[in-house]
Amino acid sequence: MNDSQIAHPGARLPQPGPLPNRLQLTDDGQLRHMLTIEGLNRDLLNEILDTAESFANMNEKAVKKVPLLRGKTIVNLFFEASTRTRTTFELAAKRLSADVLNVNISTSSAVKGESLLDTLRNIEAMNVDMFVVRHEESGAAHFIARHVAPGISVLNAGDGRHAHPTQALLDMFTIRRHKGDFTKLKVAIVGDILHSRVARSQIHALNILQTGEVRVVAPCSLLPADVDQLGVHVYNDLDAGLKDVDVIIMLRLQRERMEHAHLPSEHEYYQLFGLTSRRLQLAHPTCLVMHPGPANRGVEIESAVADGPHSVILEQVTYGISVRMAVMSMVMGAHQA
Amino acid sequence: MTPDVPTLLDDMAEQARHYFKVRGIENPVVVGIHSGGVWIAEHLRNRLGVERPLGRLDISFYRDDFSRIGMHPQVRPSELPEDLDGEHVLLVDDVLFTGRTIRAALNELFDYGRPASVALAVLVERDGRELPIEAAIVGAHMELGGSEQIKLRGPEPLRLERVAIDPEEPEA
Repeated sequence: MNDSQIAHPGARLPQPGPLPNRLQLTDDGQLRHMLTIEGLNRDLLNEILDTAESFANMNEKAVKKVPLLRGKTIVNLFFEASTRTRTTFELAAKRLSADVLNVNISTSSAVKGESLLDTLRNIEAMNVDMFVVRHEESGAAHFIARHVAPGISVLNAGDGRHAHPTQALLDMFTIRRHKGDFTKLKVAIVGDILHSRVARSQIHALNILQTGEVRVVAPCSLLPADVDQLGVHVYNDLDAGLKDVDVIIMLRLQRERMEHAHLPSEHEYYQLFGLTSRRLQLAHPTCLVMHPGPANRGVEIESAVADGPHSVILEQVTYGISVRMAVMSMVMGAHQA
Repeated sequence: MTPDVPTLLDDMAEQARHYFKVRGIENPVVVGIHSGGVWIAEHLRNRLGVERPLGRLDISFYRDDFSRIGMHPQVRPSELPEDLDGEHVLLVDDVLFTGRTIRAALNELFDYGRPASVALAVLVERDGRELPIEAAIVGAHMELGGSEQIKLRGPEPLRLERVAIDPEEPEA
């Protein structure tokens, strides 16, 4: 990718692909930035999940804080609206004793025409240690990682349709806590795969962790053209796709990302691809129901299912903090070596 | 020759019994620091007949050298049996060297509550303290100088080993 492309607003970026490992790992294989799951190895993913496990136990403490990142400054650089992701990143940073600055770009300098690189240089000049970046362009976090001063880490909190690695990691953490071994599991990812950076990161993570079977279930119009290359089984029929699965991951129908009408109507979508109590019975009796949020009730998931006994949707939010703490402490540690 | 660990443990248990008796402390909470301290704490707890579950501390998140050496690769969850408010804690480690581990452990303990007292028990107390920290119960004293280090190998059997200092490794 040509670096100059992103500096021009509106330029369409190609998918960054698997090249960035040189960028996101140190020479001795430690995590320096967290940009994408793609290309990471199983040991590293497990190390992140193990570290998150120790942070998950922190909730039993009277003081829910450790001094690990005391004196570090973390900037949440959000070019796109987010509540859950931003707040859990913020809480994670605060529980590590870091100082947090939230910069909401859509309401500030981008409006005034400042380029991404200028914004970056200005915040860098305030001596910060980490950027948490969300941007509507695929590849934005890579771009920033390539240009930040040495010693600053970049965490991708979602870039366009490309990747959302910490979301995928918290999903893996949730699955591992409930199900243990991935090799015996059947996991179905259902819904808007085409627009979903979450789905891409989940598929990479599930495959790296050697999940028994990864299925994607979606109408053809919501599947990416290269879906065959992702290492998944494709289903266009929800009932068939849910048969005997151990984990169902529902995706949000991303109405704001749909440039053309991919769907006849939300009602029809629900009829065909909505997860209802009746359909849930096709899955394994101890099946987990997951959703990265925010859920469109009555569009992709029935309320009774989202709130039902199989649902671990709120646990995902809780674990999001532990997983983000793990990633933040690991990248900050890697710079010191 | 390094001292025999079971003999040291017997002696430490005797010291601990005396320590608690003099102060009128019954039913302390025994807490070991990962990983050598947990082994020693387990044995001490058995010798003292303490019924309350053993506490385990992993102080990785509290180390003062994180900014120099980064994340320890294998952090285990800390497990403390209950709220420490008002409890008498026997904190146990294998080797007391610089004192930095104990400082970190104290910081972590206090994030679980406000104990009534904390006493430190160590299998080996060696030279090289960098902080004003002292053990109440000591298995053995050793003078090692700057080039050597003492390590506890275990868990079964537990034995002490003198090794040359590796400058890459974090100090105990």
